[in-house]
Amino acid sequence: MTTAGPTAPTSAPVLPVRTRLAMMLRLLAIQGAWNYETMLGNGIGFCMEPALRLLPGGVHAPAFKQALARESRYFNAHPYLASVAVGALARAELDGEAPERIERFRTALCGPLGSVGDRLVWAGWLPFCSLASLAVFGSGASTAAVVVFFLVLYNAGHLGLRFWGLQTGWSHGLRVASALGNPVLRQGPQEIGRLAALATGIAIPLALGRIIGPGRALLGGVLIAVALGAFLIVRLQSRVEGWRLSLVVLAAVVLYSVIR
Amino acid sequence: MIVLDLIPLALLGGLLGLDVVSFPQAMISRPLVAATLAGALIGNAASGLLVGAALELIALETLPFGASRYPEWGSASVVGGAIFASHPDHPPGSMVLAMLAALATTWIGGWTMVKLRRRNAVWAAARRPALDAGARGAVVSLQLLGMTADFARGAVLTAIAYLVLAPIANACVHLWTIDARVSRAIVVAIAASVAGGAAWKLFHSTPGARWFFVGGLAGGLFLLFAR
Repeated sequence: MTTAGPTAPTSAPVLPVRTRLAMMLRLLAIQGAWNYETMLGNGIGFCMEPALRLLPGGVHAPAFKQALARESRYFNAHPYLASVAVGALARAELDGEAPERIERFRTALCGPLGSVGDRLVWAGWLPFCSLASLAVFGSGASTAAVVVFFLVLYNAGHLGLRFWGLQTGWSHGLRVASALGNPVLRQGPQEIGRLAALATGIAIPLALGRIIGPGRALLGGVLIAVALGAFLIVRLQSRVEGWRLSLVVLAAVVLYSVIR
Repeated sequence: MIVLDLIPLALLGGLLGLDVVSFPQAMISRPLVAATLAGALIGNAASGLLVGAALELIALETLPFGASRYPEWGSASVVGGAIFASHPDHPPGSMVLAMLAALATTWIGGWTMVKLRRRNAVWAAARRPALDAGARGAVVSLQLLGMTADFARGAVLTAIAYLVLAPIANACVHLWTIDARVSRAIVVAIAASVAGGAAWKLFHSTPGARWFFVGGLAGGLFLLFAR
């Protein structure tokens, strides 16, 4: 491992494959000790630890202990995009950047990595994959096909994003902010949002058709009920969540059917 | 029968509960997958998928944003999928009861996740001097402890929920009086309503999304009625 002075070098030093794999595997467990005090903090230190072992003197040196202590403090970001922070912070530590500079950079990363990840993954990619899989289900695909379709599609994006994040963070170090202007991160949520809206339209009628089963006697009534129900849930959104409302309505249906 | 199924289901619930947040967040805990796996354990994966699809429509509303509190679908879907799959002939009411069991479990599961996150903070506080000293063992053990506790949380939750709710569901199926297709139509109408509301919340501010939705809906309805 080559180390440079406090200014960022122009090309990234090579991170050994074994270290990179260990960091990638640990990234999957980054939220293992998530809590309301330090949030992802301990996970960041946990993921960076294989890289910090490359510091001069190894795991018993003061440099390793100081870096690990610094990186295990409070941190909050989207768990997938936290890989960007892990890569960039590992690079900064191994480049020998000043601790104050690393801490300022660490604080500045939280907000963007949280909001971009939430919009891209939780509000975009996950619902899109879920709805696309429900459309596949509604089209009559086999049980295995539906499950495999969802898992492969979702995890292509999930693992790709984690890998890209680690790679990008490591390559750019403290200059990683420029990489966050990547078109996928900027335009991705909107494009995925449109695709997810398309998938919603296709998936809902097909999925309800398959769940109800053969025959169409009830289908028209159900579709009207769905339109009215969705309108009601949108109107009530600030007061009650749909899943809680579902719980109450289903409990009432059970009581009615069993007691009458 | 319920007791024989309990151990594999509890282990599956533990694994899928772990996937929700701690490891690896590959979304094997989504109802579409989790309920199907539970159904497969009972010997009827197709039934698991059916109730999983209905639960997935509802789960669209509760996405795991940051520190927000949300229901835990992994263990809950195992309970719902197993209860529905244990009635392979799909008697009237079985889907309603499986959905109700899953929703009740998801509610409790969300509460247990909050408790675990608080417990993680207590464990972190207890290790604070070691963490501040950069002790490698403290960082790694805290992470492993959190994941182990999350697995145990999911397994215990699944076991208790299945042990309590499966006999109740079995008893209620025998007393059920609403027609089978009407019962399923009620489930589907509720689930699809929640999904529709959730989709509107997620995409209504995206430029052009409503036209994509209308186009998709036209295509979906055409495919539905063309069969």
